[in-house]
Amino acid sequence: MAHFPKPVEGSWTEHFPELGTAPVNYEDSISPDYYELEKAAIFKQTWLNVGRIEQLPRVGSYFTKELDCVDTSIIIVRDRSTVRAFHNMCRHRGNKLVWQDYPGEEVKGTCRQFTCKYHGWRYGLDGELNFVQQESEFFDLDKADYPLVSVHCETWEGFIFVNFAAEPAETLLDFLGEVATGLSGYPFGEMTQTIGYRAIVGANWKLFNDAFSEFYHAPVLHQNQAVASESVKLQQFGFEALHYDLFGDSGHGVVSTWGGMSPPKDLEMVKPIERILRSGLFGPWEQPPGVDLSELPPGLNPARHRAWGADTFQVFPNYVILVWERGWYLTYHYWPLAYDKHLFEGRLYFAPPRNATDRMRQELAAVTFKEYALQDGNTLEATQRSLKSRAVTEFPLCDQEILPRNLHKTVADRIRAHQAENETVVSVAT
Amino acid sequence: MSSRMLPEEFADLERFAEQWSLATERQRYTARLASSMPELQELYDAAVPRMADALAYLDQFELDDLPEDARNLMRLFFSVVNASFPVEAWKQPRVPDSGAAYLDLVDEPVI
Ligand code: FES
Ligand SMILES: [Fe+2]
Repeated sequence: MAHFPKPVEGSWTEHFPELGTAPVNYEDSISPDYYELEKAAIFKQTWLNVGRIEQLPRVGSYFTKELDCVDTSIIIVRDRSTVRAFHNMCRHRGNKLVWQDYPGEEVKGTCRQFTCKYHGWRYGLDGELNFVQQESEFFDLDKADYPLVSVHCETWEGFIFVNFAAEPAETLLDFLGEVATGLSGYPFGEMTQTIGYRAIVGANWKLFNDAFSEFYHAPVLHQNQAVASESVKLQQFGFEALHYDLFGDSGHGVVSTWGGMSPPKDLEMVKPIERILRSGLFGPWEQPPGVDLSELPPGLNPARHRAWGADTFQVFPNYVILVWERGWYLTYHYWPLAYDKHLFEGRLYFAPPRNATDRMRQELAAVTFKEYALQDGNTLEATQRSLKSRAVTEFPLCDQEILPRNLHKTVADRIRAHQAENETVVSVAT
Repeated sequence: MSSRMLPEEFADLERFAEQWSLATERQRYTARLASSMPELQELYDAAVPRMADALAYLDQFELDDLPEDARNLMRLFFSVVNASFPVEAWKQPRVPDSGAAYLDLVDEPVI
């Protein structure tokens, strides 16, 4: 039955024995209390991606992020050669420092300093308090004592991460581990033509992560996106990945999938618009000419399969980097807003188009991405509703659903470890 | 005709320009949802055979310096790409079962 070889244990899942093969309990997606535990044990402890360096093209370029999962808003800013992050909060009386019109909305721009809208205190790009309105009215105020509260911020290959722990347990590079060693050197920085989407989804954040980290659903849920004859074949074949890997207990993992549609072996396999434009879900059929993809970093195409199409790297807890064989990539963020609601952000990164043809091909890839994501997104709200009934609480996940299994397990492990740590602290204190 | 939106070579598509030469994906997607299948089919049938001509025409220019009528042509064909999904895949303007789901394009290239 298997078209692609599996590990000697007989399955990908059993290759990682600590995962188990038992049905998975989804109480973790329908409990408000559990969400609070996730915030404390995971989101407030680990590195979180907040964007890419291209979003900060100049000294003074900044953007804000509203992060419900850590109960704060932050400013990310470029100060000369460093990227810095601060809590978006004025030291005087706590006004939100950078915002426009609606305090809950994210903003971006370029500035020389940050000026509070309330009483005009000013902060430099390094976070130092530089100006206090009517400074002599204050009592023993030393400006040096009132900088913006900084947030740990590190970058890897242009990806910007922040960490809200008082002292992060590990550096960003150690945190990324095999994701970093596997992808370092990929020309991410050359893919500067971006298209970004966002949606508020009425489902737990892990459910979208689950949906985009398994392709078992693809031949069924997305069947109408293929031409009819092809869709029948795809369903009979089902989905099998070329390769899976999980990186220790980091929670990170990768699923490597086949391509074959860009270009397809037989043009009749794809829709007319794809034939005409030579592009589709897998991206433009020709690799971008200006970008050197002759030598890929070691983490890509881990099975070294000639039919390789894309690798989806899950970066725990809520970030995904998806690299396509055709030379472009995608990122996803799943930002929790409540136990049953999250903000999904998807972004496509292409090499800059040379002309209208390149641009139109990228547009087809982008529109196709959106059509798929809409199918995935609506399924999630339906799942959330039925999970809430608790009529069924445990669900059998198959071998192709190893990444969802790993995500739920890692979340549970982290919460357990965090609780154990806190209990120790409490018992020492009493 | 002074009010034409598209280059003369594409006079056959001029009747679609006002409705479909739209600047943003949000506008194009909204126009798609507001259209009937016969309308989408008509656009598709008329424009898809002209895609290759349109791209050959547009490729003469720098992408970031398109004359206005060329930019309208580009945007018209962005709409054609969008409308191809109802016509080729869904048989309805909306993605099936997408109900209230939405995905807002919040950041797109100028052209
Ligand atoms: S709260 Fe910012 S200056 Fe007063
Ligand atoms: Fe999907």
